[in-house]
Amino acid sequence: MELLISLGKAFLIGGLFCAVGQILIDKTKLTPARILVGYVVAGVLLSALGLYQPLVDFAGAGATVPLTGFGHLLATGAQKAVAEKGTLGALTGGLTASAAGITAAMLFGLLVALLFNPKDKS
Amino acid sequence: MSPTPQEYNKMSQKAAPGSKLWRNMLVAFLVGGVICTIGQGAMSWMQSLGLSREDGGAVTSVFLIFLSALLTGLNCYDDIAKHAGAGTLVPITGFANAMVSPALEFKREGFILGVGAKMFSIAGPVILYGSAASVVYGLILAIFG
Repeated sequence: MELLISLGKAFLIGGLFCAVGQILIDKTKLTPARILVGYVVAGVLLSALGLYQPLVDFAGAGATVPLTGFGHLLATGAQKAVAEKGTLGALTGGLTASAAGITAAMLFGLLVALLFNPKDKS
Repeated sequence: MSPTPQEYNKMSQKAAPGSKLWRNMLVAFLVGGVICTIGQGAMSWMQSLGLSREDGGAVTSVFLIFLSALLTGLNCYDDIAKHAGAGTLVPITGFANAMVSPALEFKREGFILGVGAKMFSIAGPVILYGSAASVVYGLILAIFG
């Protein structure tokens, strides 16, 4: 039961993040790249203001899987690293916290490029 | 005089400007919701195996990125994305797709300036501005915290 509730919350909040993104796509001329950048920076900002952690506590992956969650990861990484080693942490924290995701995306991108061939444009 | 099909389309779009948006929003909501639910399933599983919240989250991201990369390689992700719009763009799988898709597409331009460079045409700005924002936040904490 507890699992079902957490799945439902993730579905609801994650879906809402995407519905908002759809409004941005349909109602503004923002390109996908700009929307992704906007989501990440918004995540850092909301996290810095202390507004994003409660959402993560509530919705779990519903808040961490959308790209705002990537921004949240960068911000909490910076926060933790600054607490541990001072000013230098501002430079190391963000990418340290997000290293797994970024490295995985690079690695899998390379593997896919090695193993697959692009579709013919016909 | 009767309107041409194009004119008719324009007229009907003007008459019902909201309905297409609502439909797109619903699809984005459902598809994005499903992706996050898969993520939550993975996260709950990892935590039941004893991983911390941080590590469980990292494994979950890697898993979703792997799925997205595989589906991109099989040409499935872009087909879903055509209909799902923000539903496949906003989750971390969309970020992964934005790296893997150009990496594959520009393979014919070589592995350095094709795969290596084009992989970052969208991910680069995302990582740059995300990191820059986190540095600003970190500096504010270091100075005032």
